[in-house]
Amino acid sequence: MEQIFELQYALDTFYFLVCGALVMWMAAGFAMLEAGLVRSKNTTEILTKNVALFAISCTMFMICGYQIMYEGGWFVSEALKGDTASALAAKLEAGFDGDAVYSKASDFFFQVVFVATAMSIVSGAVAERMKLWAFLAFAVVMTGFIYPMEGSWTWNGQPVFGLFSLGDAGFADFAGSGIVHLAGATAALSGVLFLGPRKGKYGVNGERRAIPGANLPLATLGTFILWMGWFGFNGGSVLKTSDMSSANSVALVFLNTNAAAAAGALGALAVARIRFGKSDLTMLLNGALAGLVAITAGPDTPTPLQASLIGLAGGIIVVFSILGLDALRIDDPVGAISVHGVVGLFGLLVVPLTNPEVKMTGQLLGAVTIFGWVFVTSGIVWFALKKTMGIRVSEEEEYAGMDVFDCGMEAYPEFTRQGS
Amino acid sequence: MKLVSAVVKPFKLDDVREALSDIGVQGITVTEVKGFGRQKGHTELYRGAEYVVDFLPKVKIEVAVPDSLLDQVLEAVTKAARTGKIGDGKVFVTNLEQVIRIRTGEIGENAI
Repeated sequence: MEQIFELQYALDTFYFLVCGALVMWMAAGFAMLEAGLVRSKNTTEILTKNVALFAISCTMFMICGYQIMYEGGWFVSEALKGDTASALAAKLEAGFDGDAVYSKASDFFFQVVFVATAMSIVSGAVAERMKLWAFLAFAVVMTGFIYPMEGSWTWNGQPVFGLFSLGDAGFADFAGSGIVHLAGATAALSGVLFLGPRKGKYGVNGERRAIPGANLPLATLGTFILWMGWFGFNGGSVLKTSDMSSANSVALVFLNTNAAAAAGALGALAVARIRFGKSDLTMLLNGALAGLVAITAGPDTPTPLQASLIGLAGGIIVVFSILGLDALRIDDPVGAISVHGVVGLFGLLVVPLTNPEVKMTGQLLGAVTIFGWVFVTSGIVWFALKKTMGIRVSEEEEYAGMDVFDCGMEAYPEFTRQGS
Repeated sequence: MKLVSAVVKPFKLDDVREALSDIGVQGITVTEVKGFGRQKGHTELYRGAEYVVDFLPKVKIEVAVPDSLLDQVLEAVTKAARTGKIGDGKVFVTNLEQVIRIRTGEIGENAI
């Protein structure tokens, strides 16, 4: 019997690690999506940013983030103290059908890739005009402090500054529509407000200009990579697959996640075709991601039809949100604030419709808490960076491209250079 | 001697080149250029915002010809490059003062 429990422990650990690796791969998706939607003169810089922010996220969450969020110890020291005997005792107590027991190290690994996802959301929105090192400095604070704090109030169930408990209020966010996506988008919105639009994006009379992305095949590849990674994001958040009801739950989460993405893509494609008369690929891509974000707060309770409708609504909302933010002169080159923020909020608020245990007031309280905390703290950080090192490159550098200014190299040198 | 500069639609380049070699023209210079005429640019759409492509791609073909061959060259170029639709391009003819073949030092019509 003990050996069966050990096997279950091993299986759930393995499942957690594989899902974590899938979520890690979403970093590649974000990198490709963003590289595709910026101009070619900013490609090297956005790629540098994406790799560096992933590295910073992993390092900062290991140093202090995991301690702040889950009391896992500075440098993950506490998490690794458990020995096999105590793990087995915990498993025996939980029972075969009980809550999952898995390696603490796998828990850290699964959590750390979520931090990186939240941070990746910021990089697209501030693309093409923010100084690389100002962004990386922000990433240190975001992944080492801002995100872990709100994570401790939500997934770890700690009271918010000792005042109130979101869990008691009926708040639930299965895989992080709010905790990850809304949080990332809020930091992005705050950054964009301090940063201003790209030069040439808006005319003197307020007319909106298009700044077409350089490489739509890369943007499409990035979207598919994110779509695939999302099975780890939502599927892994079931936390257990080693008994029949958990396995069924995992399967339903995969199914619903996929259905919502498909419906979101169709919704955005239809709206774009009707509104613009053209089938805008970039909106279609944003629509698929919006469907995924919308279902992330509760992929385990809807039927596949309900999941499709939630995704469809996300895909429709995202197009109008992108147009609305553009009208407000909030310049977001990749649509990250709309996809992750506006639709992330929608995802939170739609959970009570399919999950009777979740209260609308709890969802609202959670959304306000996450938004308020991240908006204020990240605003302070952006402001401090602006006053010290500066967050925006000069007009001349912006015109020449971030690649030359920040990285000293171009992504496609053969277009501009003679060489042998 | 004349210098004929023809700005034509890129997909007509091969037709023009063939028509010119048929009448005995032995060399041309081709440049990829951008510009606009009465055709103007055209608008495209990206994420709900329209943008105008002001300059359209064309190719510029330059041919140096002896006066005796000028009419034939002009006819060959205009015939080969014409589609009848807006944006077919233009032909400019200018006097050519001197031509030198670098390898041999020949000058004038002998160098063409």
